Amino acid sequence: MNFEFTEEQLMIQQAARDYAQRELIQDVLERDEKAEFPTQHVKNLAELGFMGMMVDPDYDGGGMDTVSYILAMEELSKVDASISVIVSVNNSLVCYGLEKYGTEEQKQKYLKPLARGEIIGAFLLSEPEAGSDATHQHTRAEDKGDHYLLNGTKNWITSANSASVYLVAAQTHPDKKHHGINVFLVEKDSPGISLGPHEDKMGMRSSDTHSVMFSDVKVPKENRIGEDGFGFKFAMKTLEAGRMGIAAQALGIASGAYERALAYAKERKAFGTEIANHQVIAFKLADMAVKIENARNLCLKAAWLKDNDQSFSQASAMAKLYCADIAMEVTTEAVQIHGGYGYVREYHVERLMREAKLTQIYEGTSEVQKIVISRSILRD
Amino acid sequence: MKILVLINNVPDTTTKIRFTGDNTAFDTTRVQWIINPWDELALTRSVELKEAGAVEQISVANVGAQITEPTLRKALAVGADDAIRIDAEPKDAFFVANQLAEVAKDYDIILAGIEASDYNGSAVGGMLAELLDFNSVSAVSGLNIENGELVINREIDGGSQVLSISTPVVLIVQKGIAKEPRIPAMRGIMMARKKPLNVVAPADADAKTTLVDFTLPPPKAACKMVDEENAKDLVALLHEEAKVL
Repeated sequence: MNFEFTEEQLMIQQAARDYAQRELIQDVLERDEKAEFPTQHVKNLAELGFMGMMVDPDYDGGGMDTVSYILAMEELSKVDASISVIVSVNNSLVCYGLEKYGTEEQKQKYLKPLARGEIIGAFLLSEPEAGSDATHQHTRAEDKGDHYLLNGTKNWITSANSASVYLVAAQTHPDKKHHGINVFLVEKDSPGISLGPHEDKMGMRSSDTHSVMFSDVKVPKENRIGEDGFGFKFAMKTLEAGRMGIAAQALGIASGAYERALAYAKERKAFGTEIANHQVIAFKLADMAVKIENARNLCLKAAWLKDNDQSFSQASAMAKLYCADIAMEVTTEAVQIHGGYGYVREYHVERLMREAKLTQIYEGTSEVQKIVISRSILRD
Repeated sequence: MKILVLINNVPDTTTKIRFTGDNTAFDTTRVQWIINPWDELALTRSVELKEAGAVEQISVANVGAQITEPTLRKALAVGADDAIRIDAEPKDAFFVANQLAEVAKDYDIILAGIEASDYNGSAVGGMLAELLDFNSVSAVSGLNIENGELVINREIDGGSQVLSISTPVVLIVQKGIAKEPRIPAMRGIMMARKKPLNVVAPADADAKTTLVDFTLPPPKAACKMVDEENAKDLVALLHEEAKVL
């Protein structure tokens, strides 16, 4: 067993850290306040290669492993989870799914610009009445011979307005239930697509989230992913990888809050000494450190399994569940350690706490992760 | 135009400094190594000049054991074309300059950071210019190449200075030479292992100095608070204890 990172992995970690600590930190509070999409940062991160990190260089990606991706996601998320969710959706949902299951033509046309970060992608599965229960897709994709006709509404779509290409799940054969679902590549500017208002979220406010409406949207046959009826399996397989990105995001939110709490506890004085010298604070820090170490190890284990072509479904669900839950716990304690300062925006930890909450909800709620994990352990 | 950037492998600037061997050696355990910040800026400017088409080749060189290779590969990831490691423990500035002189002859421009963030020697660049009989300019804060001619900016007391100079030249660069160190892109990181990193045997050279010992600065004393109505006490403390008045 080897716990050492490679030189490349460390270099990527450092590159992500440098960008986050040098650039993202400068306007993160303002973007949170104004709920502004970080267009320039996404462009910069694309130039550095972070938008298609794991895609094969033949398709213009970075060719990096999942461990590197986890390290980068943690570093970006320490400072700004709005950015890291954009990075995560593009990398581990859209690019991953397309590279693994797309046709050569689809990869040439869509994966290459997505991996270069020239365009970004969105993943449209949730619906107003189908969140955790993704089997009941109300969006319809009628087979019209040479094309499909899409009608329906998708909800909570990350990067809905900024993305140029959507992966959309829709039901083609309702009688076949979830075996009738397909996923399509749909260009955002296709006629018949409209967006709901920008969702005014509690956290991750500078990622743009909308509902997306489809009204008689024509999709060419060649834009279907996989065989007819492959859509549900595609979505589940893709989410297995996607939740690893969110697990690493939650880990980063936790470790970002912890680092701030640690620094604050070493400086802030009360009762004649730095508060870190009070056992009640020192023990909080110890508890936070243990949780973060566990969380990081779960993420890296899941990433290692994926990199070594082993089944990672259970491991990534465990990582997502645990990281999201401890992100909530650690950020709450970080606010507590900061006292009144923790409750004001300037000190960042209240924002990290708001961001942590979403990691327990999206890309599979904590409860859904428990379904995945329990089914897996009961099956074995 | 060919540029050689001298790369010093230094401890991360947040490293806790400890000594071993009766205060005669720097304790390198748990140290994270980085490119000396001034060298990193010099490298960044070189990459910018290459991207602008003013430079054909960027090499980087350092004097150090194998432990310094990750730092050189970072320089390759940032954009250098090849790296040279002179396989010797750096003893002092004279020793290092003599080693570098062996590999630096064929370059038009040699960039050296104005100082190193570890030992603050500020001596290698000047010595190297002397050993090679190259021109040299110190405290360079701007470098442009216009139609093959070097235009150099220097910060001087109360203003700045623009110089032109012929090559070959050693430029000792300071802050301002580039805005911020370049973050390596994924593609650069991937290519770094494929770029040549040549290990060269050291030349015969002696050190001119011998280290006697290191001393850490005294720990920071506790802060003394003076009430605003007792300004006289403050003056007395500044005069008698701090001895700054």
